[in-house]
Amino acid sequence: MNARRTLLLALGGLVLAIGLTFLLDPYRNYQLALAAAYLCATAGLTVLVGLSGQLSLGHAALMAAGGYGYALTSQALTSAGVGGVPRFLAATVAAAVAAGVLGLLLGLAGARLHGPYLAGLTLTLVVAVPAVAASVGALQGDRGVRIEFEGVPGPLKALIALEQWQAWVALAVAAVAVTGLALVRDGRTGLRMRAVRDDEVAAALAGIAPARVKVLAFVVSSVTAGLGGAVLTFVTQSVSPGAYTVSLSLLLLVAVVVGGLGSLLGAALGAVLLVLLPWLVGTLTDMLPLPSQVTQRLDGTLPLLVFGSLLIVLVAGAPGGLAGALTAARDRRRARRRLPAPGPTAARLVPTAGDDPTGPAARPGSVGPTATRSGEPVRTPTEG
Amino acid sequence: MPQLRTLPTRRHPRRTAGTLVALVTIVPLVACSTPAASPGVDEETITIGTHTPLTGPAAAGYSSISAAASAYFDYLNDNGGIHGRSIEYVVKDDAYNPATTQTVVRELVQEDEVLAVVNGLGTPTHSAVLDYLNENEVPDLFVASGSPSWDQPEAYPWTFGYNADYITEGKVLAHHAQETYDDAVYCVLGQDDDFGTDFTVGLTTVLDDLASTQTYSVSNQDVTAQIGAMQAAGCTVNFLATVNGFTALALGTAAKMGYRAQWLSSSSGGDYPTLVGYLGEDVGPALLEGFVSTNYLPFSADDPWVELFRRVNDEYNDGAPFTGNTVFGMSVAYTFAETLARAGEDPTRESLVEALESGEVVGNGIVPLQFGKDSRRAFGGVGITVVEGGVQDYVGEVYTTDTADGDVVVYDGEAVTLENDGIPQT
Repeated sequence: MNARRTLLLALGGLVLAIGLTFLLDPYRNYQLALAAAYLCATAGLTVLVGLSGQLSLGHAALMAAGGYGYALTSQALTSAGVGGVPRFLAATVAAAVAAGVLGLLLGLAGARLHGPYLAGLTLTLVVAVPAVAASVGALQGDRGVRIEFEGVPGPLKALIALEQWQAWVALAVAAVAVTGLALVRDGRTGLRMRAVRDDEVAAALAGIAPARVKVLAFVVSSVTAGLGGAVLTFVTQSVSPGAYTVSLSLLLLVAVVVGGLGSLLGAALGAVLLVLLPWLVGTLTDMLPLPSQVTQRLDGTLPLLVFGSLLIVLVAGAPGGLAGALTAARDRRRARRRLPAPGPTAARLVPTAGDDPTGPAARPGSVGPTATRSGEPVRTPTEG
Repeated sequence: MPQLRTLPTRRHPRRTAGTLVALVTIVPLVACSTPAASPGVDEETITIGTHTPLTGPAAAGYSSISAAASAYFDYLNDNGGIHGRSIEYVVKDDAYNPATTQTVVRELVQEDEVLAVVNGLGTPTHSAVLDYLNENEVPDLFVASGSPSWDQPEAYPWTFGYNADYITEGKVLAHHAQETYDDAVYCVLGQDDDFGTDFTVGLTTVLDDLASTQTYSVSNQDVTAQIGAMQAAGCTVNFLATVNGFTALALGTAAKMGYRAQWLSSSSGGDYPTLVGYLGEDVGPALLEGFVSTNYLPFSADDPWVELFRRVNDEYNDGAPFTGNTVFGMSVAYTFAETLARAGEDPTRESLVEALESGEVVGNGIVPLQFGKDSRRAFGGVGITVVEGGVQDYVGEVYTTDTADGDVVVYDGEAVTLENDGIPQT
């Protein structure tokens, strides 16, 4: 997919999504805004894990960095008398920078660590968030930082509800983040990331600096996670450590795996699941005639159980996640219609059932820089 | 997200056009996405809701409040309800986490379409939804927190507090300490948020200075360093702006260190039965002997309100342990019922607020509520309770004061009396 097409597609998708907000009630729009915020993080994470092969259990901490960056900048600008769009843009940039810097530090360490050690390092970071928030005065401990309420801008006030406006902003930021990631993935950087993931030695022999590529992957992924944190802060007008727990970090990862590792479409499905599952499970338990004591106990834990079971079932049955399953189903349909399947599947980011996801899988062809002349890998046009 | 789907390029223009047409058709439907007028009221029921910690660090100290309130509503409903409608109380768990509070309160307002949010619990949690509720003009009644920030009728006309505010509690406790203890060294341990700072403001308004000011964070279950610092500073009279769990932790830690002092606590963390639950039946009563705390709700064993609440607790709450939380939850439920009774045959969000602003709702405390046009403050005064021989009860006077630097004065009025078995007359 060339860059122009990606941009057109993103714009079309954004317009469609904004049109969708007219069909939703305020609460659904709020959920949509949350899903868009989580999409920023899951999309970054899927590129990091799926493309560059680095595991991060600390993405909630990167979101928190973005959230606090946004809130503190927004507060400072409010007291300086700046408001409206400039305040939002400046705060969002600050969020991206804060998360990017943290991601750079993580990436520098990460480039020297492998597998479980990197996972441990990123996990440490997310465990430290509440402690840092409690010990740094400006972050105001458990209560978190609150920012000035921002309503619907003047001319739109009569037209749309606040939640709808927030969903618009969230979708716009998510569109920017996802488009950026898609461009990175389809360009040379993405190619290098895959090369490093599959065989660092071969990549180095081909003139790629593996460490640099890994750090870059971490920074890109962190920036989008930071944007997600910024959106969450914008929607809720506050940021607190309680929103960025270890469990959110793990859920982000689960969402990415369930959606389909390395697939942006999968990241979107995962983000939607992340928002809808707790709500769906809660609605279900409310409908069942259970004693209130039981319902209370199930409230926070059952969604995790469902998520976990889903993860096991999917990894066993469809290692490519939901997105992979969709692609496979479509390929089967095409085969039935005797249409030639498009492109060699080897370049697919989603590991197929035969792949060993734990180690560099030997994929024939298509990964090396010689795959195409234009610097673009041969790809199936389905990898959204 | 649709933008992740690959579309054949040639059909782009047509699709975009289609989208635009769809948009144009949808725009007139915008009205559908704004909520209807006076939600939460139908022929038979009034639906209200709350956010409260049922899980997480604060749950053990507070989850019994909403259960008690629900029990009292059941009692009211069995006795004909208010204006012939029964009250349905939707309780949502926020785990004392402001981020979760945001979500569950939106659920209450937009999904469950509650008439009002009643007794949302916690300063950090409720602060997170204060703007949202006022922006959407949802009555935000009887917040379970003593932060003075709920008393801002100009900025937050839809919000009404409930607890005696922390500044008042701090001032009254400090005044009581001055009257009671000679040559004392005063110190304070407070939560690292508005709860701690406001309470300390109240203390320092009366006392010249504190020898040591310590803070703790709810997410860190260890106060050894803070108690050690107080011991080192030679504190003899310690004030506590702590939630129940941390009151117990502070007393337990001090006992382990062999540090003896007089403890005086805010009502939010001074409930004797709950504290004994934390500390254990064997050492709890010994550790808590002489423990001083403020209160503003009926608490004496022979008080008619307490007798009624005990009866309701046995009958409608499966005989759960009867604590200060039980009294608190049921008092809130009674106060809401009284507000509803004053809000007319067909209550609306506006008429609830008008009823409270009229000053006719007096509640059931040891001093009447003082809501009005320009006051969102519930209790203007508190009494002092002391634990003696395993029984916590009022001693001495009830005091009233303001949230500024006014004097602490003795209240000479009466407590609100119980009428008609706690079923408000319409």
